[in-house]
Amino acid sequence: MAGNGKPKVAFFDFACCEGCQLTVVDALQTHLELVEMVEIVQFREAMSEKGQDYQIAFIEGSCTRKEDEERLRKIREQAAIVVALGACAHTGGVNALKNIQPSLVGVRQYVYGEKWEWYDSYPARPIEAVIPVDAVIPGCPIDRFEFLDVVKNVLLGKAPAIPDYPQCVDCKLKENVCLFDVGGTCLGPITRAGCGAICPTYGDGCEGCRGLIPNPNETAMKDVLAKAGLTVEELMSKMTIFNAYDPAQIGGEA
Amino acid sequence: MTTVNVNVHHLTRVEGHGNIVVDVKNGELLKCQLEIVEAPRFFEAMLRGRPYHEASHITSRICGICATGHATASLRATETALGVEVSEQTELLRKLLFHGEMIDSHVLHVYMLVAPDFLGVGSVLPLATSHPEVVHRALRIKKLSGDLCAMISGRHTHPIAMTVGGFTHLPTTKELLDMRERLVAAREDMDETLALLKQLPWPEFERETEYVSLQKEDEYAFIDGRVATSDGFVYEIPDYRRVTNEYLVPHSTAKHTKHNRESYMVGALARFNNNYDLLHPRAKAAAEELGMQPLVTNSFLNSAAQAVEMVHCVEDSIRLIDELVDRGIHEQPRYEFEGRGGEGVGSCDVPRGILFHNYVIDDEGKIQEANCIIPTGQNYANMEADMRALVPQILDRPQEEITHMMEMLIRAYDPCISCSTHFLDVEFV
Repeated sequence: MAGNGKPKVAFFDFACCEGCQLTVVDALQTHLELVEMVEIVQFREAMSEKGQDYQIAFIEGSCTRKEDEERLRKIREQAAIVVALGACAHTGGVNALKNIQPSLVGVRQYVYGEKWEWYDSYPARPIEAVIPVDAVIPGCPIDRFEFLDVVKNVLLGKAPAIPDYPQCVDCKLKENVCLFDVGGTCLGPITRAGCGAICPTYGDGCEGCRGLIPNPNETAMKDVLAKAGLTVEELMSKMTIFNAYDPAQIGGEA
Repeated sequence: MTTVNVNVHHLTRVEGHGNIVVDVKNGELLKCQLEIVEAPRFFEAMLRGRPYHEASHITSRICGICATGHATASLRATETALGVEVSEQTELLRKLLFHGEMIDSHVLHVYMLVAPDFLGVGSVLPLATSHPEVVHRALRIKKLSGDLCAMISGRHTHPIAMTVGGFTHLPTTKELLDMRERLVAAREDMDETLALLKQLPWPEFERETEYVSLQKEDEYAFIDGRVATSDGFVYEIPDYRRVTNEYLVPHSTAKHTKHNRESYMVGALARFNNNYDLLHPRAKAAAEELGMQPLVTNSFLNSAAQAVEMVHCVEDSIRLIDELVDRGIHEQPRYEFEGRGGEGVGSCDVPRGILFHNYVIDDEGKIQEANCIIPTGQNYANMEADMRALVPQILDRPQEEITHMMEMLIRAYDPCISCSTHFLDVEFV
């Protein structure tokens, strides 16, 4: 703990859009007292100071380069608690879409042309593929209230609990019309809840950004799909937007 | 003779990872570069093979700050490719949503990223104690703009209800009217913002360049229109490559853009210079208060131009809400894919400048080719040209001050490095 007794917190980012850190800034709109409870020693997007004596590290983004592994390990060595912030850090997020393209070399050539070898890149992976992680805040972007809840738990020394039931529960509580009943597609039945089913609430199907629930009810999902005239393949293709990372694939190709 | 070595590793208070390197030996400027060290993400390649309706949701993830701008440019590219006409209601709602993002991004930059430089602190956090009214005002404006976005698209980062042909969710008249009331009340915060900016000691620095932005005849353009430059060129959006002319330079692998001069500038200052006449009268009055009349050639004043645009967006949002309420909000039919693909370019002038998305979609509705040209990428050459012009003017100052001035200069562009890095060739030194 710091001299003033406040835990020191640092924010880091790897391959990402920094939207989760912006959501943290947005959380201050309603919870400015948050900055009284901790001492933020590093937050490159918002401040110039770069303190190295933090106890809690929030990491946004996926690891997409060999050279970034070392940076992750250094953070892990320093921090007592490492929290994966958002889908990119949690599941690999949209960054892993490149993993399922026919060839990663082809991906690099498509964007960088004949100089493609100058830009290091390997299959995108969640940070847990590189270092142990103590807690996760899922979502693309994170839900600011869930962030506040996780922070509260971490500060109290408790393990934060994130829901292990599907989106459908939240959706029913919101009294939303099921999108499958109005010709839509939704990954809600197999996706982890916790965002208040925000996408279905705004008329768009869940895209699975919070990842699969631990024990998805596959039979029920298949029934729902059959009723809607959809196939498992169609649904799983949608799931790849945020869940294309496959640990079996990681290893050789750079 | 002067020897200066500036090496700012991972510049702070910008979006993304960049380094500033300045090397002066015996008064001679040997090196003056902005290095981009952000991990590339390859969005254009990732889009290939994805269904057309996923494009705006995937590309909004390019940037947490201008997610709505990317989604809008993406939808316009898709709609052009598929020949989708959008309704007037959709256009009005998109403009209103876009204003929300513009205010959100500008208030973040002006208050949280730039103001600390002038108030002698490393971040906005100490200001919560020393200047609480400033921080509370910033958070209040940010909440207003965030709530405006959420009212239409579910949230600011990343918008949900925006889709090809329209929206999957519509705001109610009551929500619109409540928002109108808050926007009217925000005029006071706009006045206070101008009063604050007026006091700040803006660095003196002039270097005229070519300013590039969207342009329309009847409104201050943010979505669609034509591409105009301050050197008198005008192009249709599908001809965007005639403006951007990406090129490689011998000493660097960084793909830059140039048009009529060695570099050009995009963003709030470019829009201000090109489209001043179409600003709302209150925004023009704000510009006058800040002593700004086109052509403004001090890049540091890009942040001041952002404040002028905030005033414009607040006023135009009120006008848009009046029009929407007047017309009444109506449910509209969803777009159905007709089995015919095509190519389309979409363009928006997002907070950091003009943005292009270009897609080729096949007859199965899958994306075959994608190209995106990002504002910050277009500004790199101009940032470096500014650095080369500024360094000799301030060589007599202490190295620490030179470093700080260079950081402030780059920050003034509000660079979105993680955006631009998904697409541009960058040099790793």
